[in-house]
Amino acid sequence: MTLLTIENLSMKIGAVEILHDVSMSVAPGEILGVIGESGSGKSMTAFSVMQLLPDAATCTGAITLASTDILAASESDLCTIRGNDVGMVFQEPMTALNPVKNIGDQVAETIRIHEPGVSKAEALARAREALDRCELPEDRFPLTRYPHEMSGGQRQRVVIAMAIARHPKLLIADEPTTALDVTTQAEILTLLKRLVTEDNMGLMMITHDLAVVSDMADHIVIMKDGEVVEEGPAATLYKDMQHPYTKALFEASSHQPDRNAPLKSPPLLQVKGLIRDYTLPREKLLKAPGKFRAVNDVSFEIRRGESLGLVGESGCGKSTLTRAILGLEAIQDGEIILDGAPLFTEGGVNPMARRKMQVVFQDPYGSFNPRWKVARLITEPFHLLDNPPTGLAFETAVDQALISVGLTPDDKHKYIHEFSGGQRQRIAIARALITRPDLIILDEAVSALDVSVRAQVLDLLAELSEKHGLTYLFISHDLSVVRTITDRVLVMKAGEIVEKGETESVFDTPQHPYTKALIAAAPRLPDDSPADIKETA
Amino acid sequence: MIRTLLQSRNFTLGLILILVFALAALISFVWTPYAIDGVDIPNKLRTPAWPYVLGTDQYGRDVLSMIMVGARVSIAVALVAVGIGMVIGVPLGLAAAAKKGSFWDEVIMRGNDLVFAFPSLVIAILITAIFGASAINAIIAIGIFNIPVFARITRGGALSLWERDYILTARVAGKTPTRISMEHILPNVMNLLIVQGTIQFSLGILAEAGLSFVGLGVQPPMPSWGRMLAESQTLIYSTPTLALFPGLAILFTVLGLNLMGDGLRDIFDPKVRKART
Repeated sequence: MTLLTIENLSMKIGAVEILHDVSMSVAPGEILGVIGESGSGKSMTAFSVMQLLPDAATCTGAITLASTDILAASESDLCTIRGNDVGMVFQEPMTALNPVKNIGDQVAETIRIHEPGVSKAEALARAREALDRCELPEDRFPLTRYPHEMSGGQRQRVVIAMAIARHPKLLIADEPTTALDVTTQAEILTLLKRLVTEDNMGLMMITHDLAVVSDMADHIVIMKDGEVVEEGPAATLYKDMQHPYTKALFEASSHQPDRNAPLKSPPLLQVKGLIRDYTLPREKLLKAPGKFRAVNDVSFEIRRGESLGLVGESGCGKSTLTRAILGLEAIQDGEIILDGAPLFTEGGVNPMARRKMQVVFQDPYGSFNPRWKVARLITEPFHLLDNPPTGLAFETAVDQALISVGLTPDDKHKYIHEFSGGQRQRIAIARALITRPDLIILDEAVSALDVSVRAQVLDLLAELSEKHGLTYLFISHDLSVVRTITDRVLVMKAGEIVEKGETESVFDTPQHPYTKALIAAAPRLPDDSPADIKETA
Repeated sequence: MIRTLLQSRNFTLGLILILVFALAALISFVWTPYAIDGVDIPNKLRTPAWPYVLGTDQYGRDVLSMIMVGARVSIAVALVAVGIGMVIGVPLGLAAAAKKGSFWDEVIMRGNDLVFAFPSLVIAILITAIFGASAINAIIAIGIFNIPVFARITRGGALSLWERDYILTARVAGKTPTRISMEHILPNVMNLLIVQGTIQFSLGILAEAGLSFVGLGVQPPMPSWGRMLAESQTLIYSTPTLALFPGLAILFTVLGLNLMGDGLRDIFDPKVRKART
């Protein structure tokens, strides 16, 4: 018996077809993984089940949830079904909760909306039970807690508690762990699996990350451009995949750019005993404000031509460290030496040292002034030069930078909103390259990209490093990416480097318990995935 | 850009209203139906009828002519006052945002609070009372109260921009806070400033009318909408049109500017813009 059946669902918004002939089903106690890149229609499929679609949307086909025809149901019936039969968990736990209500009230509210007869005390008792089931025990998380007092993972547990409080038959989770750290992600995935078994609930798990669903889903559907391109039982799909897109997706997920091992060369960047303190807000008028040590006694070096990874979860101090290396924030103690010259001198940041490094940030949307054209955007670092090129030399530099990242010279006349996420990240790399720096700091530079685009950008980075002898400091929370592109890796926790070494040896034989936990928590594709098969063949 | 602007009904309606008054003010420089200082007692207190389209006042001056010249005064005073507020307030706001949390940020923003703490019209009356009633002093008095408005709105908009990655890359490129403020921050808070500018413009017109009403604005024989209202007070029962027309002139100018401001805000707000298309 199936719980949810979607048959030949097509959905249009205005004249644009968003979904085409989508079919899938979920049985009670089954986990269905819906995988696709941005724009594949995976979230729209989920919204169709709830009928939470934009006004102009029209659906054809059939959606049956526990013998109710969703497409024929009235709005009031749908209201009963939402939250009653279907629970939903979204990606962003920071915005999914109401900041002015405590968690007990929020969970109790979902119960009382659907069961008006329930007294407040009973609703709160049931809220307590739901939170307990989501591993938020009463002694540490009383009902009176507010969302801002909790971490991202704990808030996501509250969101899940709200979704399961009424024991729905179907739970839809839309990228529930994308915003979370890997160790937290692993805990949330375990929790979801346990709840599915306990309640015999169907789970529709929507994600862009193949590895996340590979070891938890029973059945997998792969979507592209609003269509289902491949589906099958999770256990066999990895071996039997037919569609070229599925294969490409798998390859991209475990993509390994071609890189040569670096030569033993002198160090380019040396960081010695770096300390960075933040002043906390003053608690009492006459009491000296406290200090928070974000980076504590960090020392490392990067050799010329090498690619060094810096791994850690949010709040570990890696962004603070990046800003210190870039000379954006003053340091309290220690030394940063770039190519033999200290970064911080008496008169502030040494411009000669600053000229030798550039940065690429994570967000392909926030990294550019929306009012500038590409030519002006990518030449901003020319400000560092004493004699920036003008006239023809300027044009040539712009054209070369764009060509070297796989774009065309004509792109320089466009505004940034005319480009996709992957193209924007290429433009960010062009901007970083234009002054021919020695060191490029990549701060989560590929984290916001779809896997296939990510693979292309990683290839580009490997190629550029070869061509221009670039040195990379690669900062990421994504272990699989760090593993593919770095020679050595540093693991950072609570402002300190807890482990460092050759990338392969750290990943294969981690020494520090934190590194071990990180590696164990990272989701992995099955070992016999085609990427491995290809390598051995 | 102009096409999207004109698609907004609010903006277009506001623009038409403002253009009517601006045009009247411009024409008044070269031509008015009658001289505004021509006392003509035989024709005093005429009701609106040709050739005195809007009637005459107690000295026989043509009301239409006075409203046309009065538009000139109102627009000039409000425009310069907004200009003063922007020229001083925007750099202060940019500086406060660039040095967030510093001593100077505190000095600038607490100074703003101080100005905000006094009711603006009362202080404007105080200033003009001390330094003498004149158009210049009215402009300065109104302008001072525009400074904290623009400083605050600039700082608020700029603070969120300073967190953006493109500001970080500009800093990595070694640009100074002043240069970043000019190149990156100012163009991106311009939308906010234009919208606030139209609102302050309409408040300026009201403030000028208020000051003139109590006799602290431009001095006779230069007509002003506010003083026309004040002078018509005693005649409100015998010749109500005398108060009606300058009152309507103030109403429609302020309405026009507010509609333009609303339209501009809708157009610059990406969320509203998306809902429109």
